[in-house]
Amino acid sequence: MQIPIEYYLILSAFMFIVGVTGVLTKRNAIIVFMSVELMLNSANLTMITFASYLGSSVGQLFVFFVMTVAAAEAAIGLAIIIAIFRNKLTVNIDEINILKW
Amino acid sequence: MQNNHLLTYLLLTPFVGGLLLLLINREKENLIRYFGLAVSVITFIVSLFLYFGFDISKSDFQFVYKFAWIENLNISYHVGIDGISLLLILLTTFITPLTLISSWKGINKKVKEFTFFMLMLEVGMLGVFVSLDLFLFYVFWEVMLIPMYFIIGIWGGERRIYASVKFFIYTMFGSLLMLVAIIWLAIYASGPLGHFSTDLIELYNIGPTVPHTIQLYMFLAFAFSFAIKVPLFPLHTWLPDAHVEAPTAGSVILAAVLLKMGTYGLIRFCLPLFPQAAVYFAPAISVLAIIGIIYGALVAMVQKDMKKLVAYSSVAHLGFVVLGIFAMTNESMQGAVIQMVNHGLSTGALFLLVGVIYERTHTRTIAEYGGIAKLIPIYSVILMIASLSSIGLPGLNGFVGEFLILLGSFKSPVLNSWWYTVFAASGVIFAAVYLLWMYQRVVFGEVKNPKLNSIKDMSAREIFVMIPILIFIVWIGIYPSTFLKVSSRSVNKVIEQVYTPQNHSLK
Amino acid sequence: MIQLIYLTILLPFVGFLFNGLLGSKIKNEKVIGIIGSGVIGISFIIAIGAFFETLNLPVEQRKTIVDLFTWLSVGGLNIHFAYQVDQLSLVMALVVTGVGFIIHVYSIGYMHGDKSFWRFFSYLNLFIFAMMNLILADNFLVLFLGWEGVGLCSYLLIGFWYDKKFEKMTTADAGKKAFIVNRIGDFGFLLGMFLIYLTFGSLNFSDVFSKIGVLNISQSVFNFIALFLFIGATGKSAQIPLYIWLPDAMAGPTPVSALIHAATMVTAGVYMVARCSLIYASAPAILTVVAIIGALTAFFAATIGLVQNDIKKVLAYSTVSQLGYMFLALGVGAFSAGIFHVMTHAFFKALLFLAAGSVIHSMHEDQNIQNFGGLRKYMPATAITFLVASLAISGIPPFSGFFSKDEILWKSFANGNVIYWAIGAVTALLTAFYMFRLYFLTFEGNSRFGKDKHPHESPKVMTFPLIALAILAFIGGFIGIPALFSGEGGNAFENWLEPVFKNAQARLAETSAYGHSMEISLMVISVILGVGGIIIARNIYLKKPSIATELAGKFKGLYNLLWNKYFVDEVYDATVVTPIVKTSDSFLWRITDAKIIDGAVNGAAAIVDRVSKNIRKIQTGVAQFYAIIMALGIVLALFWIIMSL
Repeated sequence: MQIPIEYYLILSAFMFIVGVTGVLTKRNAIIVFMSVELMLNSANLTMITFASYLGSSVGQLFVFFVMTVAAAEAAIGLAIIIAIFRNKLTVNIDEINILKW
Repeated sequence: MQNNHLLTYLLLTPFVGGLLLLLINREKENLIRYFGLAVSVITFIVSLFLYFGFDISKSDFQFVYKFAWIENLNISYHVGIDGISLLLILLTTFITPLTLISSWKGINKKVKEFTFFMLMLEVGMLGVFVSLDLFLFYVFWEVMLIPMYFIIGIWGGERRIYASVKFFIYTMFGSLLMLVAIIWLAIYASGPLGHFSTDLIELYNIGPTVPHTIQLYMFLAFAFSFAIKVPLFPLHTWLPDAHVEAPTAGSVILAAVLLKMGTYGLIRFCLPLFPQAAVYFAPAISVLAIIGIIYGALVAMVQKDMKKLVAYSSVAHLGFVVLGIFAMTNESMQGAVIQMVNHGLSTGALFLLVGVIYERTHTRTIAEYGGIAKLIPIYSVILMIASLSSIGLPGLNGFVGEFLILLGSFKSPVLNSWWYTVFAASGVIFAAVYLLWMYQRVVFGEVKNPKLNSIKDMSAREIFVMIPILIFIVWIGIYPSTFLKVSSRSVNKVIEQVYTPQNHSLK
Repeated sequence: MIQLIYLTILLPFVGFLFNGLLGSKIKNEKVIGIIGSGVIGISFIIAIGAFFETLNLPVEQRKTIVDLFTWLSVGGLNIHFAYQVDQLSLVMALVVTGVGFIIHVYSIGYMHGDKSFWRFFSYLNLFIFAMMNLILADNFLVLFLGWEGVGLCSYLLIGFWYDKKFEKMTTADAGKKAFIVNRIGDFGFLLGMFLIYLTFGSLNFSDVFSKIGVLNISQSVFNFIALFLFIGATGKSAQIPLYIWLPDAMAGPTPVSALIHAATMVTAGVYMVARCSLIYASAPAILTVVAIIGALTAFFAATIGLVQNDIKKVLAYSTVSQLGYMFLALGVGAFSAGIFHVMTHAFFKALLFLAAGSVIHSMHEDQNIQNFGGLRKYMPATAITFLVASLAISGIPPFSGFFSKDEILWKSFANGNVIYWAIGAVTALLTAFYMFRLYFLTFEGNSRFGKDKHPHESPKVMTFPLIALAILAFIGGFIGIPALFSGEGGNAFENWLEPVFKNAQARLAETSAYGHSMEISLMVISVILGVGGIIIARNIYLKKPSIATELAGKFKGLYNLLWNKYFVDEVYDATVVTPIVKTSDSFLWRITDAKIIDGAVNGAAAIVDRVSKNIRKIQTGVAQFYAIIMALGIVLALFWIIMSL
């Protein structure tokens, strides 16, 4: 018997929420990036689920796009973090607040 | 000599002249000054062509030129003049060269920028007086703010930043309301006309048909902006600061021309476009004007700084002009128009004279003067004539305007009460009080301040600046017909526009 | 000559410009003096010529209008610089130019050595220019031009020595006071003019006066017009309540006091009311006001003059008092009597001032009569002319003052009522008294001045004018001999002016219930009063000066009140001037303008400032904070979209 679609979707939603919570509350920049990856993967999971259940391959194709973007974004983002770390010697987001009033 | 492009030449002369000025090396200060002066004199000559080509028997706009600018919105470059604007144009082009000459020695840093700003200011001022399109008018109105802001802010006195920012924001705040009203009116006009239009001639037919309540709001929006500029009590507090902190040239132009733009706007826009609203508000605005006359005079009396005294006297004088406008009779409006010119001349003269003495002693405090009649007699005589003109002595220009205004407001059907004139006429007493008292403390008496002993009398250049003004002060006083007949038909037309498209009767 | 009348106005103006612009370069006093006086002399000759020409015209045609050019033509207002040569304006013109010429000549001597000699003559000529404009104008506006013009010249001339102290103030203060008090009167005059224009549609004398019987105008309008114009007159002619500037105007040089504040400018109000006689005749209530104020002022000022010690102050209050007589005359409808007194007063008052100037000069600018005494032996010409003038002002026949003052007293009894006459008669007594107090203390008795003073007679250029005026003060009255004495011809002066006042007299329709015998009795009484005043003065000040000090001691309060001129200036200062200045300073400027209005403006800016200072705190710089806000925003937006589906 096929696993009901809801299980996958709930799982994705759960992953997404965990990711959002991580982005909004974590202080360490690298953890934030990990959470962002988690959110992207949860979106991937949703797309694959629907691709499978609707019999369309568009979802699976799109996942490739998402993964590429995630990879690029992670690379650049980590490079920025390293540059900031070299200047401010911290990866604590709360302390990287120069662009304030 | 109806060359339709003449007005465009009038506007282009200072504009192109200013741009060319930017090419001159900033080290060559004298060349810059002469060049700027030459440009402003040429502008004056162009305006003389306007004067001689003007047909005083017609009340329509002359030298009209229309060029489609933003076609989709029917906004055009539409210029033209009538008698009222002609007088004000002549005043502007006449005062500007004199102002430049008076700042020859006074402005000695950043001369290039200064002259450039003065020329751009002239473009803005002339543009305001010739525009027949509301949008174009608005553009020039705002254009004139920026050079003035710089002139006060860079070459001004101690609190110049405060004064120039206050001036700029206060005036712009009013103008924004006016912009809203312009757009509102243009959109409203798209109903009857079929298209969005900001053209004044077309809107003259639409404006009076706007329903009463909306018309009141539109009138208030326009009038608010003009009232700030005039300045009408209680929106006048930017004026003392701006005048005191501005350099002499800035003060003269501000008093002589910029303030007239407010009253000009009232005559050109508020009255003909919204006649019912104008009649409705006339008593209230007249009360404010009269308060301005008396309040301005009383506050001027207790000032310790000469320039502030003259600044408050402007509030008082322009109160008369506003009263004349809203009394809406032939005599009072003619008086208002001629008084605009008169105020430009006499208050301009007073500011120039204060500037002359400030250049020598670097103080404007009245208490530090006294007895200069012995030391600099020529200056004292010229100051006396300028003061008498401001007081409104018959035989000099001020009396002609004040008398006509008071006479007209006495018999005004819109105001319909003697009391306006009674209170306004008391202003003539107070004017004598503050000016004679100032004159006495500065000129008569003994020389108490030893620093004054070395001051020199007016130089040939300074006398040269004052003489044309004095000539006009006497000319307008003795034979004002030369000037009154220029504006008389145009004033009649404005009054007609106020009275005729009435659906309901006047009080 | 009549057509050349505008020259009487133009020539003084040319003199003003000439001496004003070139005077400081021409160091020669003679030239300046001759030009300055000469233009007035020529004006006088033209006036005489115009007079004789008019005399030759038939009575109905004696009004000529000389139109120069348009001044203001706006709406319904059509004002020309046009001048009216008629009987009334000719009388005034002759007085102004004649007495003016005499005073100009005198000034050549009086102002000798002054470093601003040229400026003095320049201003004097400007004054005559303005005064002639006033009296020759054919409309209210040109009259007003002259009206304010003489006010200006008064200001300039009072403060002529601008660095000189004057009592507790400076001469410039005195000049400013004159100008401003005059302006208060002018405010009334302006309102009167506006009302005239509103009612009659014109400011032209001919237009206005011809319409009075024709148009249907309410009584209250006439009353207001007359009242407003009269307020102007009280300012210019120093009546209650606006007389306060005249005593302080004595700060100016004495010829100025003689010309402006005795003979000419102050009579402008009288002239104006006389010119508008028809308006006043149509407003009898206001005419009563005029008479009452005139009578009260006459008495009031005379009482103050009793105790003053400054020779010019006494003469100043005397002028205010005599002006009161003129207004009393106008107020009872005796217009020509009022003008007659203008003329004779010009003669004797100018003479009094010029003689006083002669004394002041020779006593080295001391003006206190307590320091004089016995000057007759040193300055006989001055003394005798002063005596002649004093007799004239006291109303002793056959001097001119007798005829004019008597005419006024008679008319105030006959046309008015006995109270007017009584006040006038008592004032006549006081007048004789204070004038001869002045005479005796100055010229007779023992000399009270120190050894440092060497009084001497003045040079001929000053004494000849005195003599000329003395002759006029003596014979000037004969043209106004009442009908009583001159037979069927009647009073020549009155007859000359009759056409001008005819319409007004008709309106007033006074009937004289009294006959000649009453007139003679009143005349006798006034002479007795005059002589009585002289005798009392003689007994006190010549014979027993101690009586004066005793009386002053006994009636200390009253004496103090009079000496301090009833504290009127102090009262005005406390009730009007100081409150206005203080309110303007502390309340209007410091509070209303600086704190309230500007406070609102700055407050608006401050509010914007504070609000933005708080709003900017959203920009924390912490990226997660922004992300939270974004997330919240998305949730809310989704929520809203889903709810509206």
